[in-house]
Amino acid sequence: MKPFLYYRPKTVKDAIAAVASHPDARFIAGGTNLIDLMKRGIVSPEKLVDINHLPLKKIEQKGGFLRIGALALNSEVANHKTVLQKHPLLAQALHAGASGQLRNMATVGGNILQRTRCNYFYDTAFPCNKRTPGSGCGAWEGINRMHAIFGTNEKSGQDSCIAVHPSDMCVALLALDAVVLVTGQQGERRIPFGDFHRLPGDNPELDSNLLNNELILAVEIPDAPLTRHVHYLKVRDRASYAFALVSVAVALEIDQNNIKTARLTMGGVAHKPWRFPEAEKIMTGQPVSESVFQQAAEAAMQGGRALEHNAYKLKLGANAIVQALKTAVGKA
Amino acid sequence: MVQKDLQTEPESLDRVDGRPKVTGTATYSAEYAVGNLAHSVLITSTIAKGRIKNINAKAAEESPGVLAVISHLNSPGVPGYPPAKQPAEPAPVGTAFRVFYDELIYFNGQPVAMVVAETLEQANHAASLITIGYEIATHQTDFEANLSKSAVALSVQRSKNSPFQDYGRGNPEAFDAAEVKIEATYTIPTQHHQPMEPHAIIAVWEGEDKLTVYDKNQGVKSAQGNLAQAFKLARENVKVNAQFIGGAFGSGIRVWPHTVAAVLAAKKLKRPVKLVLGRELMFTSVGYRPYTVQKIAIGASKNGILTAMNHEGTGQTSAYEEHLERTILATRAMYACPNVFTKYRLLNLDVNTPTWMRGPGDATGMFALESALDEMAFALHIDPLEFRLQNHADTDPERNLPWSAKSLKECYELGAEKFGWKNRLPAPRSMQKDGMLVGYGMASSLYGFHRHPSKARAVFSRKGSVVVQSATMDIGPGTGTAMTRIASKILGVSPGKIRFDLGDSSLPDAPGQNGSSTIPSVGSAVHVACEALKTKLLKLASEIPGLNLQPDQMTIKNGRIFNLTDASGGISLSDVLKYHNLEQVEVTEESKSGAERDQYSMYSFGCHFIEVHVSPLTGEVRVKRVVTCADVGKIINYKTARSQSIGGIAGGIGMALMEASVMDHRFGRYITNDFVSYHIPVYADVPQIDVIYVDKPDVHVNPIGSKGLGEIAIVGVAAAIANAVFHATGKRVRDLPITVEKLI
Ligand SMILES: Cc1cc2nc3c(=O)[nH]c(=O)nc-3n(C[C@H](O)[C@H](O)[C@H](O)COP(=O)(O)OP(=O)(O)OC[C@H]3O[C@@H](n4cnc5c(N)ncnc54)[C@H](O)[C@@H]3O)c2cc1C
Ligand code: SF4
Repeated sequence: MKPFLYYRPKTVKDAIAAVASHPDARFIAGGTNLIDLMKRGIVSPEKLVDINHLPLKKIEQKGGFLRIGALALNSEVANHKTVLQKHPLLAQALHAGASGQLRNMATVGGNILQRTRCNYFYDTAFPCNKRTPGSGCGAWEGINRMHAIFGTNEKSGQDSCIAVHPSDMCVALLALDAVVLVTGQQGERRIPFGDFHRLPGDNPELDSNLLNNELILAVEIPDAPLTRHVHYLKVRDRASYAFALVSVAVALEIDQNNIKTARLTMGGVAHKPWRFPEAEKIMTGQPVSESVFQQAAEAAMQGGRALEHNAYKLKLGANAIVQALKTAVGKA
Repeated sequence: MVQKDLQTEPESLDRVDGRPKVTGTATYSAEYAVGNLAHSVLITSTIAKGRIKNINAKAAEESPGVLAVISHLNSPGVPGYPPAKQPAEPAPVGTAFRVFYDELIYFNGQPVAMVVAETLEQANHAASLITIGYEIATHQTDFEANLSKSAVALSVQRSKNSPFQDYGRGNPEAFDAAEVKIEATYTIPTQHHQPMEPHAIIAVWEGEDKLTVYDKNQGVKSAQGNLAQAFKLARENVKVNAQFIGGAFGSGIRVWPHTVAAVLAAKKLKRPVKLVLGRELMFTSVGYRPYTVQKIAIGASKNGILTAMNHEGTGQTSAYEEHLERTILATRAMYACPNVFTKYRLLNLDVNTPTWMRGPGDATGMFALESALDEMAFALHIDPLEFRLQNHADTDPERNLPWSAKSLKECYELGAEKFGWKNRLPAPRSMQKDGMLVGYGMASSLYGFHRHPSKARAVFSRKGSVVVQSATMDIGPGTGTAMTRIASKILGVSPGKIRFDLGDSSLPDAPGQNGSSTIPSVGSAVHVACEALKTKLLKLASEIPGLNLQPDQMTIKNGRIFNLTDASGGISLSDVLKYHNLEQVEVTEESKSGAERDQYSMYSFGCHFIEVHVSPLTGEVRVKRVVTCADVGKIINYKTARSQSIGGIAGGIGMALMEASVMDHRFGRYITNDFVSYHIPVYADVPQIDVIYVDKPDVHVNPIGSKGLGEIAIVGVAAAIANAVFHATGKRVRDLPITVEKLI
């Protein structure tokens, strides 16, 4: 690990200025991802700006939405009364992630900005465009069992990235139409969750559309009647403490056995949490039935494209969607 | 039959070292407070084959706190290695890897340099500043692609009596003639031990010719011998200490290059040096269970009698060294089959050398054999348990000898009863619960009996306490606890007054902890030493006038010697010593096998019954229930024995469902090199496990009637799970691990 400077700002403004004043500075929150990356030589920031003392921990109900501070711990959010009542999908997703110890350290902001778990990214002996732009994508013709089936670039695979975003929480936040509140030298802005992360394209080193020096302040989840028929399903290689092969977040509003609103998102399938507007549309207005779920699942996986080792995700994804929907309506 | 468990053995001892372990006062290898300690970091190759062109260490050497950068360019040399050749030539097969010896690269992850600094952080940082230039040669690491190059091991070619010679009994055409046939190929991937505690060493030179190491290993005596040989030192001048080990599973059976590297560095710097392997280095530094492909062909009569078993196993090894394991051997002894043929081959690849991992060879071989048996039972429409009973070997069919003891039938019966095997519906996919496919599977297990000459010293001191010592190890099973129990029973002294010392090479000779040999070997030595001590104490007591102690009446209990006929009389052990004016009474005894080895065939046997639930949509497998039953002779201490069995099952769950070290063969490098990608079972993967022991002494094996338990606990578990998965889903998975993509 390279020696680095450490600074602990007291205000948001101070924090932004501290990062902006150094060409290679990073915020650090729980450190559960950043420290690992530093230990393995994947990133070597020259300065760490420790934001843990900023007043960004609050979870509070505002007008029509719940605001969750960027420094709220994953465990606090997962067990928060309002979250459990109004957004149980989020609580389920958080509980599915990492381990109890990690959730006690990990923050909401850090979770959103955690890096991919692509094996090639984590070992500096391998080529990786995300870690070292231009070095090639180790996974493209390598072992890509964990990699993306959506949003990959067919033509320029070797020059791009096929990694997936590993977060569970984000899959739920996308389904819940959350908004990310950020601030920077240009002031505050709100980014809809679906626009926060990006596809790799020609800049695989960038995971999100957050600008340099911008700080996440909070996420805001609008109130919605999506409390009863929700489910977060995570399929993984062991019963707990493993990243998703695929994960599904579903939230349905059902009125007399008719689906009024449907939200369907997936993790482990793309460079960003993935939403399926088509499949949502197919379900909307339809009666609750397995055949509708099947149709939705098929539609969802339509545009998926398999690589050498991840073709199973197409079938597993569809099956997982059906399973999650059935569980959400209590018919599993 | 009595089913024994914890309830029937309430006097079971808690771990004697449980408190220091859970309170953090137990000192592990990396934790010794050695003065003037320097810290080191290994730099390993990022190519799989070729040579080092240059090492640019200037920036590192100038970095703050750095004491040295050591490589083949400036290594003080290991005197036990032959002198390095110029220019370097590949090591002949059979050579153990020689660290910092020359510029040749044999595998990806090979140690090529070491940075030593005042602090670990300084060493780490300096390591990141080093660049190494390589000349890359074409490597071969892909087992499947190179399988046709496998061959009989050179060491086997040279040794007519090797058990790995091609073997045959009966009619070679029996398989072709069989009424019902099963032919299949089974594959296990490379799997790593990955104990919780990484390997670590502190090396201290106490002068030119005296070495002390605090090293994580499984045998202080063999490590002592190895290091003495490598550094040309008198054996007694090498002290190896490994009192507490945070798991090993075989990874510590030999002295690995990193240990030698730390000793070298300490020699060069004339300063104690510490080296702790990072988790990623644990994948290329301390061996692994080798990638193995097995072809099995089984023939049977329509009524379920085995008529032929052909088993061919091929395992991977490095380019420079051969590692052989028992893969095909169990097939010769397990069932009563007249026509059995086995072959064992090795495939040399540009990888590091594998080593023994819990149930070495047998866990691998029995996965294939017990899966194949399940396939045959299914083809025959016979219950898998019934099929095994029908082919039970009443004597050893390989050696034509009686078993020293075998209660496998009792195991089957006890296990099946506890599990409720009779509720199994034969057809695959016929059982369901809560939307899950339910599968019942079973498999047999066996493990050979290993006993090595061992010594123990037993000392009774006037204070009333006992110290028993042997240079044995505890890598987790609770050696000290079991030995305390043995001593306590014989000497009539309460366990709290007994201390058992181990993990120190200056103690009486004992084998390393491997091959489930500790209880059979060291347990016997402790037994004979304590018996001898007891005889001595009784004799001393009988010499005291006025007590009227009768040689044929005397006994010891609660620290007193008395006549059985007069429990209120007698004398305390302390007073016996006081009378004779002795501070302590001491004996050292040795125990070893005799002629019985040629008269009996000796094995532990057992079986596992396992219930799995498989999600029909996602293919996720969860083990829901396990009943494991073993006949390992007399159980010394139920509580710790049970923990051993539970650990073996957990290991078997990992082997069956998730453990796989995956290599990208374009680079010859593992992509799974941390705990995020190399999955081992977590608590949520390990269900309720019922452990049953037959608990009958095997009177032929040793004075305590106990056989080993550590390995048999895992042997067969993967097959039982694969068989249960087949029963649940109708899908036969022959290549481990059984992951979701194989089931949807
Ligand atoms: C072994 C292991 C298993 C895991 N398993 C899972 C899992 O199953 N599912 C899952 O979803 N996650 C999992 N995780 C990831 C875990 O959720 C993340 O490590 C955690 O959420 C990161 O939060 P943090 O506060 O520690 O972030 P840090 O490590 O402190 O920071 C991560 C990144 O976010 C940036 N950052 C942090 N806060 C802000 C902010 N407010 N504004 C701008 N930038 C910021 C940092 O600069 C850094 O780049 C696992 C992690 C580990 C180590
Ligand atoms: S998939 Fe992305 S993260 Fe992985 S190796 Fe390719 S570029 Fe790097």
